Amino acid sequence: MKIVVAIKQVPERDAPIHIASDGKWIEEGDRNYTINEPDAYALEEALQLKEKNGAGEVIVVCAGPERVQSTLREALAKGADRAIHIEADDLTGLDTLGVAQILADAIKGESPDLILTGLQSDDLGLGQTGVVLAELLGIPHGTIIMHVEPTGSGLKVKRELEDGWFQHVEMPLPALLTIQSGGNKLRYATLMGIKKAKTKELKTVATAASPTAPAITLERVYLPEKQKKTEMITGSSAEIANKIVEKLKFEVRVI
Amino acid sequence: MNGVLVILEQRSGSINRMSFEALAAGQQLADKLSATVTVAVAASKDLSADSFEIHGRAPAGAFLVQHELLEPYTSDAYVIALEQLIQKLQPDYVLFPHTYQVRDFAPALATRFKQVLISDVISIHDGPVFVRQLLQGKLNADYKHSSSGPCFVSIQAGSFRADEATATIKPEVFAPELAASQIRNKPGERFRESGQTVDLTQAPVIVSVGRGIGEQDNLLIVEELAQALGAELAASRPICDNGWLPMERQVGSSGQTVSPKLYLAVGISGAIQHLVGMKGSKTVIAINKDENAPIFEVADYGIVGDLFEIVPELTKAVQASKS
Repeated sequence: MKIVVAIKQVPERDAPIHIASDGKWIEEGDRNYTINEPDAYALEEALQLKEKNGAGEVIVVCAGPERVQSTLREALAKGADRAIHIEADDLTGLDTLGVAQILADAIKGESPDLILTGLQSDDLGLGQTGVVLAELLGIPHGTIIMHVEPTGSGLKVKRELEDGWFQHVEMPLPALLTIQSGGNKLRYATLMGIKKAKTKELKTVATAASPTAPAITLERVYLPEKQKKTEMITGSSAEIANKIVEKLKFEVRVI
Repeated sequence: MNGVLVILEQRSGSINRMSFEALAAGQQLADKLSATVTVAVAASKDLSADSFEIHGRAPAGAFLVQHELLEPYTSDAYVIALEQLIQKLQPDYVLFPHTYQVRDFAPALATRFKQVLISDVISIHDGPVFVRQLLQGKLNADYKHSSSGPCFVSIQAGSFRADEATATIKPEVFAPELAASQIRNKPGERFRESGQTVDLTQAPVIVSVGRGIGEQDNLLIVEELAQALGAELAASRPICDNGWLPMERQVGSSGQTVSPKLYLAVGISGAIQHLVGMKGSKTVIAINKDENAPIFEVADYGIVGDLFEIVPELTKAVQASKS
């Protein structure tokens, strides 16, 4: 099975956030970037499918500026066979449809049997790129998938629903799945893998489509307003602990 | 019609609460635009075609999109059927509840109109400006619709209050053209994993742990605190994803929704998927090292600091106060 994994590179989770001077995004200059976590699970699912199958190819695709190549190299080190970097210096001018279109243009020529991606990104979190990509390519999709099982002619997937419910769905190939986190254990790149990755193909392609005007635009970002008045408790650890116990006894009344 | 079309979601003939929250959002948007609200619901035959009840003001119009292939749910059937309804009605705005089902089909439906769904909206301001969260809730963002054609929006759970008042709707039946050969996926029955035994929904006190705990071995300090408080131990999704605690202890949109007297969040940053599962708690205490963590937006008491120092001290203090 030929599997394409669409990956996004996102800012690292824990770094402090500074809003850029134009108020439309965060300062990017000194940030560290990493693979979008749900996409890491999509990659893991692809690698496991290939290993179980004993044959096939896993191709990782990422759109963005040059820095995304480090994320692609890491995916190669974990076991992907080759990588495609779609050169796009600034994705912020595109909406989901624009991003899905450049991914579709790059993936179409590969004619994969299966496309996997994370269910949403850790930064924008729109949760749609996969579904829109499937629609543009005219292939069926499944979302929020925990488990993938090839059948004779297609796939049987386990889809997560709300409140702890699940559902199996069967679908023909080619297809696209958005992968939920937690379905597999993520692997680390081995030293051997890192060494091998250096010799694997990382192809850079230009964005084919001339960008169309976005249907939606991000006007402004800002820190959220508080929904509750929060009383901050300060002091040494022991003081904080005693103050919390006071609250638990006399206000919350749980001890 | 123009105006605002709200797509309600039903299963086995009953419309879910999030649909009525989306309807409340739709009514608020329509008031801003001096426009009307129309509702639609897709069903095979479960829903009575004569009338159904909604929470909210009586809308200007109501449609029952009815076809036997709309049950069980598939993305293909919903996209094809609703595309036809939207072509007919020509609404300016189409609102949905941000459910797993909507996440599955609405992005594809929007694509049919060369539009992009503004997903997971938490409030609507004049403009209209649609507010949604970025970076796991650390930032809010204002989005605007910037093209001609319908604007598609999904509404996050718990962000708008569903009307208490009810209205009885007599819908017009809309029969879409739909053929079995157009539906590619074959859905199976819904099921639950066996052995789900932990019911967090009834727990009066919950100690909940998140990514800030770092590694599995560190869970011990949180377990000791839970024990001292006689609390149930819960977690945010990443902890369960890692297999450090079973999935049945997960609070959030993919886990359980809880409303205890006390929810003590330890090392949980508070992504929206987690907050929707616990913001009904009576009192929330949050311990986190990041003062900008979104958990503090819903916390009554906040402690910015090192959980590895504070939690053991707190356990000792709780034990001392009980003895």
